[in-house]
Amino acid sequence: MSVLVDKADLSLKYTAHYNEVKDELFKNSSDILNAQRNKAFQNFVLQGIPTRKNENYKYTNLNPAFLPDFKFIHTKEEKKANLGEVFRCDVPQLNTNLAMVFNGWFYKNETEKGNLPDGVILDSLESISKEKPELLEKYASLAKVEEDPMVALNTAFAKDGFFLYVPKNVIVESPIQIINLLQDEKATFATQRNFILVEDGAKVQVLLCDHTLNLNQYLSNSVTEIFAGNNADVEFYMLQNQHNKATSIHSVFIDQQRDSRVTSHTASLHGGLIRNNLKFMLNGENAEANMFGMAFMDKNQHVDNFTQVIHASPHCESNQVYKNVLDEKSSGAFSGRIHVVRDAQKTNAFQRNNNLLLTDEANMQTKPQLIIDADDVKCSHGATVGQIDEEALFYLRARGIDEDKARLMMMNAFAHEVVKEIKLEPLRDRIDELVDKRLKGEVARCHDCAYQCDC
Amino acid sequence: MLKIKDLYASVEGMEILKGINLEVKPGEVHAIMGPNGSGKSTLANVLAGKEDYEITHGEVLFEGEDLLDRAPEDRAKDGIFLSFQYPVEIPGVPMVNFLKTSVNEHRKHKGLKELTAGEFLKLMREKMDLVDMHTKLTNRSVNEGFSGGEKKKNEIFQMALLEPRLAILDETDSGLDIDALKTVAHGVNALKSPETAAIVVTHYQRLLDYIVPDFVHILYQGKIVKTAGKELALELEEKGYDWIKSENGN
Repeated sequence: MSVLVDKADLSLKYTAHYNEVKDELFKNSSDILNAQRNKAFQNFVLQGIPTRKNENYKYTNLNPAFLPDFKFIHTKEEKKANLGEVFRCDVPQLNTNLAMVFNGWFYKNETEKGNLPDGVILDSLESISKEKPELLEKYASLAKVEEDPMVALNTAFAKDGFFLYVPKNVIVESPIQIINLLQDEKATFATQRNFILVEDGAKVQVLLCDHTLNLNQYLSNSVTEIFAGNNADVEFYMLQNQHNKATSIHSVFIDQQRDSRVTSHTASLHGGLIRNNLKFMLNGENAEANMFGMAFMDKNQHVDNFTQVIHASPHCESNQVYKNVLDEKSSGAFSGRIHVVRDAQKTNAFQRNNNLLLTDEANMQTKPQLIIDADDVKCSHGATVGQIDEEALFYLRARGIDEDKARLMMMNAFAHEVVKEIKLEPLRDRIDELVDKRLKGEVARCHDCAYQCDC
Repeated sequence: MLKIKDLYASVEGMEILKGINLEVKPGEVHAIMGPNGSGKSTLANVLAGKEDYEITHGEVLFEGEDLLDRAPEDRAKDGIFLSFQYPVEIPGVPMVNFLKTSVNEHRKHKGLKELTAGEFLKLMREKMDLVDMHTKLTNRSVNEGFSGGEKKKNEIFQMALLEPRLAILDETDSGLDIDALKTVAHGVNALKSPETAAIVVTHYQRLLDYIVPDFVHILYQGKIVKTAGKELALELEEKGYDWIKSENGN
């Protein structure tokens, strides 16, 4: 297919596909998921595949990513990966509860009995939406199909993903780790829909690790909705480690009630095109939202972090720190919008984006945006784009540290400000190690992962 | 040990050093004094290998070998140490990592076994006492949030760890109160030996009460215009730099 394919033609292709697979999409799926499909697809058609003309996608044109003739997996396939092997791929010393999502479909860990507390559910969205629909009342209430074409397309295609429920006052001690794998012989379009419901006073840490298992072309379009009840505590870590022919679009929506604390952490180590949408809604007083992100790009890779924080209640706090290290011809974008609505007084909102460009060809677009409709608030934002500090480099070299090592120390230092915010210590050590490998130009794979592919 | 022959250096087309000649032998302490802008720091930086300067003429031999085409890290490992006038803050690089890497790079160069974390900490504690360095500083990032005095102490502390053959102290005394000055001088003197040498760049005679030089050179407009014993520093303190300026046609 030619690169000159018209955007309208491409949309038509997706419309034709939707009509063709409609029966398959509705079949075996729940009423909750099916109820949204047609409306969602209409909204996708109305908005179209995002290009730079869409203000929210100003720095990322997704049109080329849609060009390949993708295989879609609208019905769960037999397990292809050896799950026993996959489940060994955990973070050492991190005693996790493991599950796997494979090409967008959830597979339970049968080999090992997890130690989840009573009442906690970690299961497939498909089965829970049929068996316990009452837990999914808020499905698609945060991820609005009118607001983003990728969310609309996800909602139209959504059949599975992981579902996590933590009942009131339950503390999940061991982190929950979801290994998210893409593998097929053909270029594949994967849709994943996740739902996390954390009730009042409950606490959980979730780690989502994205990997591709071969060098085929992938487009993954995921949506995660997270609900944090009063005084709930949620940490959501996303480790993105794919390859140059993979496009990953992940839209995460968070609703926070009173006194809740939610931290999101996005580490983009590898991937051809990465777009992360993150929208926090602070809907109760004294809620605290933290957003950390770091990306390490090279070759022609592109990363775009698009964040929104809606301060809809007074006395809330939000913090954002995003850092990018861009090498070779890679590019990055950061758009951060903080919206303090009327009457959300005593808001504290901070945002910072720092970028390190290692070559003249790397480029970065950064766009902070504050919309403040209240009058008693403290908000700040700042962005820097720069090179490695030559004075500091000389200082290290003057102490006998060779130039490459000194550069590496400084790049690690740059990233470390974000890494150190990872509260899970074994994960922090692991990320430190992966970042170090990534910066050295080595393939940053988990060393005990069964899939040592050289993607 | 060090031979500087007719050295010319410029930065962005402006000539700063205009024919420096200097020889430093083991066991000697040389003080280089002079008014602002005379080229003192340039000389120190050129010796350490800072790349902002262009050497237009002359040569520098260290232990008989050409120094100027060597990378800063190689000069450091061969035993040249620059105590920075303005030590750089490097947020995110922990002091301990930095020092351990530095010490081990030196050890590798000498063909010695790298120190383990435990061995290094032991060495570090030993040297910390010498300059009265506090652990609250070694637990931070390199120079981050250090006061002016703490930064200078940290330079001498690094010097103590690396045991250089030639130490170049670039205005290590500026901005120090008398107690800090004594501590720094004590550190420098403790490291003196018949095999090592030091070049002390300073504005003021004060430091030379504590670090006694064998030679005092006056650098003015990129040249050494006067060389004498330690009494020259006292003379300068008394008369200021004006007589040097008038003697040299200004």
